[in-house]
Amino acid sequence: MIDVDIAGTKVRALNQRLHALPKDTNERAWRVLNPMGAHSIAAGLTQPIEVRVEGHVGYYCAGMNKEATVLVDGHCGWGFGENIMSGLVRVTGNASQAVGASGHGGMVVVDGDAGARCAIGLKGADVMVGGSVGHFSAFMAQAGNLVVLGDAGDNLGDSLYEARLYVRGSVASLGADCVEKKMTPHHLAKLERLLAKAGMNADPKSFRRYGSARKLYNFHADHADAY
Amino acid sequence: MCGIVGLFLKNPALRPELGNHVSTMLAEMTSRGPDSAGIAVYHRPTVDGVSKFTLFHDDDAYAWDEMTGRLGAALGVESDLEKRAKHVVLAVQSSEEPVRAWLAANCPDVRVMGYGSLMEVYKEKGLPADVLRRHGIPQMEGSHAVGHTRMATESIVTTEHSHPFTAAPDMCLVHNGSLSNHNRLRQWLKRRGQSFDTDNDSEVAARYFAYRMSEGASLEEAMEAGLKDLDGFFTFTMGTRDGFAVLRDGIACKPAVLAETDDWVAMGSEYRALAHLPGVDKATIWEPKPAVVYTWTLN
Repeated sequence: MIDVDIAGTKVRALNQRLHALPKDTNERAWRVLNPMGAHSIAAGLTQPIEVRVEGHVGYYCAGMNKEATVLVDGHCGWGFGENIMSGLVRVTGNASQAVGASGHGGMVVVDGDAGARCAIGLKGADVMVGGSVGHFSAFMAQAGNLVVLGDAGDNLGDSLYEARLYVRGSVASLGADCVEKKMTPHHLAKLERLLAKAGMNADPKSFRRYGSARKLYNFHADHADAY
Repeated sequence: MCGIVGLFLKNPALRPELGNHVSTMLAEMTSRGPDSAGIAVYHRPTVDGVSKFTLFHDDDAYAWDEMTGRLGAALGVESDLEKRAKHVVLAVQSSEEPVRAWLAANCPDVRVMGYGSLMEVYKEKGLPADVLRRHGIPQMEGSHAVGHTRMATESIVTTEHSHPFTAAPDMCLVHNGSLSNHNRLRQWLKRRGQSFDTDNDSEVAARYFAYRMSEGASLEEAMEAGLKDLDGFFTFTMGTRDGFAVLRDGIACKPAVLAETDDWVAMGSEYRALAHLPGVDKATIWEPKPAVVYTWTLN
């Protein structure tokens, strides 16, 4: 385990050390201490290492993650795991807005609540939230999965493309072109695998599935009110 | 982009450290607003019949003593003067209105940054750390404080356009965001007798809330009304004589973090502004919900 104390160094120095690791590195276990809400901690990682952050972090933590595992023991600010490509990023507390924004692959796990615009513009990643998500979550999400064990705020899935949304609690309101869809055995099996991968204990049958009604893909005068 | 901080001490034993803590908080928000900084500190209550004014003049050599003498002669009142960089705190044995009227008529180039019985407002162009040091903020005691670091988007970078904005005794507002209907709202308020110092959108919000409260609304009611009447992005923090309030717009584009312990309540645009506070590791930390008014009041 290699310890880096943010109180005694700069985030840039930490990230440069992590970015410089070769593919066959033996330095695979890192611990970051005293993050003090700093931004961009462990952003842009590209190697299969594990970084454990002890404390609250600021914006864009573990953004653009590829291959690495980043675990935050605390809360995090905006854009946690934004644009994740692969790997696993997890926060034990709450996350602010735009968790996993435009993520292409891999998994983002929030054990607590996530704020507004969770999984906005999702492009293939899986975003798992143990608590609730705020308004406009999965806005314009194209692919991937958003799984919410708690409740969803207003306008869930507004202008949704092909991402799949699973919510166990209540949904304050659905956004334009987002509808509830039938939960088939195929979807139950997929959801079960996602929950198992995230280490979340929940019965897939207790979720409802939401997706795109596909009415807004092309402009149609009859749908003008929905735009 | 701008940075906001607020600190409200529930435990009086912490009051000697107010300025120290809030200075650290504000300096952490430098990257959100390096243009200018300002702070309202609530402390040193005046005795009955005395009003306190924080005044500003851009000329380092401005003849404050001579001005105070003229004020005293004209109004027949005693006053005390304390200088801090380009600001002075003037304590006058008078109600507020005659002093403000005399200043407006006789010293139009003197800016009234704040007034009341508790609040002092210091704001200037420059890096937050410099502004804080110049005015001796880290050494100040007090019960609560509200601060702002500005990165201007809506109007020019001057001391006058910096936050906090004051629109009533012991009331101030700091704002992160931008209002899109401030011109129309300014006209609406002018027709109702409000006057303005600047063309800044945040000043409109301050005067809007002050106007609502002058019409009988409580702090909560005024802020609720603001959710309907103010169009744009905002996280507001308002300081009042006995507390402070936080409000975000319904879309919540602008950040805000709240933290509370048995000893204090703190607000910051980002968590890192709160990360140095004593006992923050045991604080309850959360994001204020959109379109919900949060208030704290001294017992």
